[in-house]
Amino acid sequence: MKATTADQVSNVWEGGTTRPLGASYGKMMMWFFIVSDALTFAGFLAAYGLTRFKFIDVWPIADEVFTHFPFIHGTYPMYYVALMTFILIFSSVTMVLAVDAGHQMKKNKVITYMFLTIIGGLVFVGSQAWEWKNFINGEFGAVQLNDGKIVQFVGKDGKQIALEKFAIANNPKVEHTRKNGLWFEKGETTYEYTTAGVIEGFKNTPEIGIRLEQINPETKQKKVILNKDVALKYLEESRRVVRGANLEVNEYGTSQFADFFFFITGFHGFHVSSGIVLNIIIFINVLLGTYEKRGHYEMVEKVGLYWHFVDLVWVFVFTFFYLV
Amino acid sequence: MGQHESNTKLIWKVFGFLSIVTIIEVILGIIKPHWMHYSNFFGTSILNWVFIILTIVKAWGIMWYFMHLNHERKNFVGSIIIPLVILIPYLVTLLLIEGNYLHETLAPYVNWKY
Repeated sequence: MKATTADQVSNVWEGGTTRPLGASYGKMMMWFFIVSDALTFAGFLAAYGLTRFKFIDVWPIADEVFTHFPFIHGTYPMYYVALMTFILIFSSVTMVLAVDAGHQMKKNKVITYMFLTIIGGLVFVGSQAWEWKNFINGEFGAVQLNDGKIVQFVGKDGKQIALEKFAIANNPKVEHTRKNGLWFEKGETTYEYTTAGVIEGFKNTPEIGIRLEQINPETKQKKVILNKDVALKYLEESRRVVRGANLEVNEYGTSQFADFFFFITGFHGFHVSSGIVLNIIIFINVLLGTYEKRGHYEMVEKVGLYWHFVDLVWVFVFTFFYLV
Repeated sequence: MGQHESNTKLIWKVFGFLSIVTIIEVILGIIKPHWMHYSNFFGTSILNWVFIILTIVKAWGIMWYFMHLNHERKNFVGSIIIPLVILIPYLVTLLLIEGNYLHETLAPYVNWKY
């Protein structure tokens, strides 16, 4: 680096001229922030691991939960998150290309690649919102028993079927909607179906069974009960109908599953969002020529580090929520 | 900063590598080979171990080539990597052992018959 007067003044803010670690102050601090943030995420994922091991015999199977793909009906596990992973890795690539262009002082290339990075980030956050929407709305619906267990409904082939297929809709009363008044005050969410309607429909529908949360360790599948009399004994214990997921209960299984999903992917999504904001700020500075005047594009590199870190965390979230 | 030579080729190579690893993960996640899925090796299935190892490989690729740790001085790299490599496995090991203990203690009390 050339030692000009301007450099010496700014060096005071960058940790002086002695650089024991060979990195500028800003870059070093960004790295140490990343280390602490990585430990935070590690703490969350480790807590998720503890809870999962605690409920290892009842944990929901990810392939059966995340099965949606835009514009296509049917069950397609994995494809959507794989796409999201690619989008994020690709935006990491455009970021590193922007940093690379910055080293060569090619302003226009930095602008192009920063722009693509921001778009990639926005697409990723949008995808995550869509994933959340599907998760919150649910697909099949289930019944929660008095002791908190979730019971799902399956056809003869052991595949899940939705409540609409058999249950009697006997709860048409809607007290509050967005149109006619206060849309949420207090009380539990009410559904079209009540436990009585579900049980009645269950009795009247042939070739239908229930599925417990319990996983058979040998087949790694959830336990299915097709015998109606046995199944009805479970359903007599019904407390409420569950649809989709919230922080208290979800149709997929143990409530901690949804809690951790919301918390960890939400915390990650928040990181992505703040990364987009940082990227936009830097993008505007590049447009204004701030770094061109400064003589180097190190700020792009520092924000790039954060952006790659967000990608890095997603790699782990992807593995531990969707694959393992 | 002066003139740097362009690393564009290397960047695309790393992207190709990360994509291939992700595709392998997704394919394994969809077909779930029987011998890998229904096996038990050190607490979990071989399939899960493959996923974890591939994830760490991907993390290494991102940190070394995208975050340019390969260009940093060794003591700086050490100050970043060593805390992570020591603290994370330590916490994970303790918590997973604890989780396993909780499962063994509490699961027998869950009633599955009505």
